[in-house]
This record gives sequence, C-alpha cells and structure tokens, in this order.
Amino acid sequence: MLSRPFAGIARAPTAFRRYASAASTAAFAGKKDSNGNYTVTLIPGDGIGPEISQSIKDIYTAAAVPIQWEEVSVTPILKGGKTVIPDAAINSVKKNTVALKGPLATPIGKGHVSLNLTLRRTFNLFANVRPCVSIQGFKTPYDDVNTVLIRENTEGEYSGIEHEIVDGVVQSIKLITWEASERVARYAFNYAETSGRKRVTAVHKANIMKMSDGMFLSACREVSKEFPGVSYDEDLLDRVCLQIVQNPKPFSDRVMVMPNLYGDILSDMCAGLIGGLGLTPSGNIGRVRCVHFRGRSRLSSGHCRHVTTSINFRRCADSRAGKGLANPTALLLSSLMMLRHMNLFDHAEKIEKAALTTIAEGKFITGDLGGKASTTEYTNAIIEKLK
Amino acid sequence: MLRAGLSAAARPTLSRPATTLAADFAKVTKRPTTKYGGVYTVTLIPGDGIGAEITDSVKEIFEHVNAPIEWEQYDVSGMSSSGEALFKQAMDSLKRNRGSCSPRSPSRGHISWNVAMRQQLDIYASVVLCKSLPGFPTRHSNVDFAIIRENTEGEYSGLEHQSYPGVVESLKVSTRAKAERISRFAFDFALKNNRKKVTCVHKANIMKLGDGLFLNTFRRVAEEYKSHGIEFNDMIVDNTFVLPSALKFRLTPQFRSMQLVAKPGQFDVMVMPNLYGAIVSNIGAALVGGPGIVPGCNIGSEYALFEPGCRHVASDIMGTNRANPTAMILSATMLLRHLGLDPVANQIATATFDVINSGKVRTADMGGSATTSDFTSAIIKSL
Repeated sequence: MLSRPFAGIARAPTAFRRYASAASTAAFAGKKDSNGNYTVTLIPGDGIGPEISQSIKDIYTAAAVPIQWEEVSVTPILKGGKTVIPDAAINSVKKNTVALKGPLATPIGKGHVSLNLTLRRTFNLFANVRPCVSIQGFKTPYDDVNTVLIRENTEGEYSGIEHEIVDGVVQSIKLITWEASERVARYAFNYAETSGRKRVTAVHKANIMKMSDGMFLSACREVSKEFPGVSYDEDLLDRVCLQIVQNPKPFSDRVMVMPNLYGDILSDMCAGLIGGLGLTPSGNIGRVRCVHFRGRSRLSSGHCRHVTTSINFRRCADSRAGKGLANPTALLLSSLMMLRHMNLFDHAEKIEKAALTTIAEGKFITGDLGGKASTTEYTNAIIEKLK
Repeated sequence: MLRAGLSAAARPTLSRPATTLAADFAKVTKRPTTKYGGVYTVTLIPGDGIGAEITDSVKEIFEHVNAPIEWEQYDVSGMSSSGEALFKQAMDSLKRNRGSCSPRSPSRGHISWNVAMRQQLDIYASVVLCKSLPGFPTRHSNVDFAIIRENTEGEYSGLEHQSYPGVVESLKVSTRAKAERISRFAFDFALKNNRKKVTCVHKANIMKLGDGLFLNTFRRVAEEYKSHGIEFNDMIVDNTFVLPSALKFRLTPQFRSMQLVAKPGQFDVMVMPNLYGAIVSNIGAALVGGPGIVPGCNIGSEYALFEPGCRHVASDIMGTNRANPTAMILSATMLLRHLGLDPVANQIATATFDVINSGKVRTADMGGSATTSDFTSAIIKSL
C-alpha cells in the first residue's frame, strides 16, 4: 500500500495515483457564477442518502469549497406510459455537467427499469471508474489492496434487451459495439497515462464469448497502439478473480478495463476485500460534458443498490435511515473524485487527509467500521481536522 | 434421483466427514458397464497445460491401490482445431463409459470442447466443493460450501452474431426447464449431503426476465423442499462477493441486516447460472488456497465428468513438474465414489489430506518446493 493511498501529488506528471483524472474524453468545462462558485447538482438518493449528503454539505462548507449545490429529486414519474426521471433533474445535470449522487434503490425482478441504469443511459455515462484502496485503521484480511477498475457502463449484459420467446424460454442479449468498446478503452488508457499506472489489463471471457468479448478485446488492442507509453495485456475473468482474492498486490500497478457485467462483479469484489462498499467511491464519466459521481455505499449506508429483496430494503432503510448512524465515507470519497475532476485539487487533498486521519485514529468512526460514532460525530471530527 | 426425498427426521444426522470432500450425488441408476472382473472403463482426457502431469499422478495412484479402473485415454487438445475427429472418438468413448476424468482444455478459434462436451452429453450440473483444508491455513478459515452451476445454457449458449459491422449480439438463453432441473439438483444435493441451506445467486435486478426466470423457478422449487427443512435464500451476484472477505470482520448489525453473514456457514450450497459459476468457483478456490486443491465434477442425466473445480490450464507451469495434482486426485476420488468404490476413494482422499496436513511435502502453489512427482510419491507412501 502506498503511504498516502488516496493522495497522489495531484498535478505532477509523476503522480502516484488519484481518483478520476480528467481525461481528454471528458474534461471539465464548468464556469463559476458571480459569487465565484461552481454549481453542482446533488441527488441525495434514497434510504440513508439524505443523511450522508448532509454530511458532505457540512464538510464542504467547513472546507470552503467553492461549490453551490443544486438539490434535485430523481424519483421517477410517469410520462407517456414510461417511467422517466423528472425533467428538472435532467436539465440541472445538463446545465451543471457535474452531479453528486447518493444511493438509489433498485427493485428486483419487476417494475421499472433501474434508476441507476436510466441515469447512465440518459447522460450516456459510458465509463464507471471504481478505485479500491485499503484504508488504514480498518483491518481486513487484505491490507494491500490498491486497484482501479474501469467498466463499460452502457451496454453489454445490461443492455436491457430481453424477451420471452415462448413460455419458459428467455433470451437476454449481451450487446457489444465497437464504438462503445473503443470509447471505454480510450478512457482507460487515458486514465492510465495520467494516473501513473502505466499498464492496462483488459478482462474478458473471450474463450467462451468469442465474438462479443472478442470484439471488445480487438478494440482495446487497437486503442493500445495509440498509447505507446502504456503497456497492455489481457486476462481471463476467472483468472483475475482468483488472483485478486489470493493476492491483490500485483494489481496495484495497473488499470483494469472490462465490459459491464464483469466490471460490476469484479468492482464489488474488490470493495469486499477492503471492507465493503461503505469505503469505495465511484465515478461515472460521459464523453461530451456530463460527469456524474455517486457514492456506492452498501455496508454502512445505502445497501440500496444491492439488497436482495425489496422487503429487505425496507427493513434496512427502516433500521438505518433517520437514525444518523450511516457512514458517509463512500460518498465523501466520490465527491473528492468529483473535485479532482473539477481541478479543485487542493480542496480534495485537504478533505481527504482529514477524513483518512479521522478513520485511522479510530476515535470517531461509525458502527460499520467498528466504532460508535454517529454520522454527525464523524462529520464533526473531520470538520475539526479541517480547521 | 432422490426427488421425493426423505423426511427431515429420517435423514441421517451425521455431520460431513472433516477430512474428506465426500459428496453424494444421484448415482446413475443403471450400473455402468464393467469389464470381466468388475473393472470399470473410464474415459480419460488429459487435456492441455498441466493436464498430462496431474492425470499421470492420478494414474500412478490408482495403479498403486489397484483401483478397478481401466483408462481409455484420448489426447484431445483445445489448442488446435485439428482434433475434431479425436474429439468425436472421445465423445463416443464417453458415451460408452458414462464417466470421464478430464482437466481443462482451453479453446481457440473453434467451439470450446468443454462447452461442446457438456452441451452434447447434457452434463448439466457442475459441482465445486470449496472447503478449508486442515493444516493449510489461508486468509480465511472455516470455508465450506458447494457451488452448483448450470452448465449447458445461459451465457455459454454459443449463439453470437454480428448484426452490423461493429455490433455484436451474444445471446444468453435461460429456460424454465433447465432452471428447474438445476434447482432440484441443488436441493437434492443439499438433502443427500446433509446441508442446510441453498442460496440462489443471480442478477435479476438487472436481467429481470432472464435471471428473473431462474430466480422465480428456484423459489418455486424451494417451496417443495420446505418440508424437508432446507432453508433457502437468494443473493445478487455482486453482493455475494462482499461476503467472503467479510467473514472475518466483526459481525455488526449492518452485516446482519444485509443477510450477508451471520456466520461463515451462511453459505452452504449455492446454485447459479453458468457465467456466475465460473466467477464464484474461482473466488471460492482463492478463499481455500488456490485452484490446485479444489475438486469438482460435472453431472448429467447419463454421464458424469470429473475435473478440477477451477478449470485452469496453467500453461505457464506446464511441463515443469510443479503443478499441484490435489484437485485432480480429489476429483478422481469423487469419480470412484460415483462408481460406488467408496473404500478406495476414502483411502486415497485420506492419504492426500494426510500429506497436506503434515505439511512436509507441498507443491509451490501451497508454499512448498516439492514437485508433482514428489507429492504423488508422498501420497503413495502414505497409502
């Protein structure tokens, strides 16, 4: 593990590592308002979302980050027979190009298309960046995790194209296009180039899915030629899973890129290695101008994207939400990815240091990390460190 | 197949043996053909990579204990497509012998032999047993679960086409019939092996129809087994992976509320569609100490195929006499049990576990320096 895992000397070309470098595919071009603030859309989300969002707001105020929040709700509405995100939310994200999102619930097996999926499609957020770094002060069987995983976000197994051909026979289509594969590959190489991890590994299952994953690989190979400074290799999904769980260390020198489903599974697996989604941030990047960050917080906070049944979700929401016990770390770290994307490196570093020191000291940590502190106590401890 | 099952009370309450990876399956109803003197003919496909080395090890051990097995060997390779005729012969042999021992063949440029074999012979259930070995501590202890994977459809349908240049569709086919068959297999397996709980692993929140069908069928089948006292639940595939590494953590309310872990025994039998099985079995293997020690088998209505649980070729150490044959040996003992030769199977399994437990002779993947042949002779000595 690097001594300061999250930091990186942000702007220097020799930076070890930082969350979400603003690659050429999605450079930030926001403008300050008359008060010198950038406006950022805030989607607090469901369950514990509002509580952890409040915590971020408080920390940002204390750190004097030049950000003006524009809070919107994405509770779906019916429009022309389809469930869609309210226009107000869409327009806000379009205008600000940057959004911070808390956890959203996804009902299972029926009902409307997942809201997360809808958001990604609406804003064409093609790349999902998932860094995972062991956090000092929180002991797990693995203390040397430092992975970065980039996942194609718009197609693949999650294309949402499914139909029942005859009763009892369902066909789900995994859609792979050259365009999307090439786009995410380019983002991965760009990320590798700017983050100092000079190696890209494409994770695939082309031994079985020869055409679809095969095309994903050819796209990666093609793009790799444009980046002579970044080495490129390929590995089977099975092997990668095996190796990371056995020993995650060798993966700290590279960026992994892969199609949708593999990325989903593998990134959550990495999160599991460092103690759960309460500690892992995530960023979703679009090509043109929309960037969108979200906290994927399962353990402490949201489990909302990940609960197994809707009843379960209600229970989790009931037991956690409103009690002020949730862990806002994932959302906070995600917001730092956002700050770096907005070139607000100094603020990001300052807050990151405060948060990690608070966790490492272990005095004011939330229940999921083994402490007793409430969300507010944890938040205040971070704010104290910012002074 | 034990479909009706025994009542919970009538089931033996014996716990699983600690040192053997005994697994009881629905055995073939008809006795496989034996040669004169009760010798069983088994098709052997050494496969690629380290295959030849680890199957040699099995052959040596079988010879030593005088197991009533005659091998019919076919050197099918996945590395070249020239083996089509040989593959057909091997398939015929398999059909004749109803059982086979085969490590992994990779495939290139032609349809995967592994997939083809399973689909053509309808070997629908893959069983992988992940269990911490005594005397070989890893980052996780007390792991003991069985992974049951649908082997013939799903993402491995092999149906792909380019509908337009740069646009490829790959079909994942899910059917109720196969979902039902594998679910029943999982519950029967749980019943026969005295396991308490079956977990369905899926991604029905995204693939609402495909995995939804799998999940709903599983739930329906589960209802039928309620009276036998087998619990069931389901879990989203990515959720599943937070669990293993979470095993050692303090069990906070958050964990419990997520139903992830109340105790390590939370996972007992897991049943899932094809692709997730590939992933989960590798993670399971990593939890207990690597692909070299995890046995597996593939069971169909008529044929059975035994191979290491994680189908890795390990070409990197091919021919260097460094491979760990444990998985292959344990898979072979499962084959013996399948044929009803339990005493021989137990003998070999016990010897293998003894060698591992004593810790003196271990292959490189287990932190030792012994070669494949050293390890094999240590087992033979222990026999």
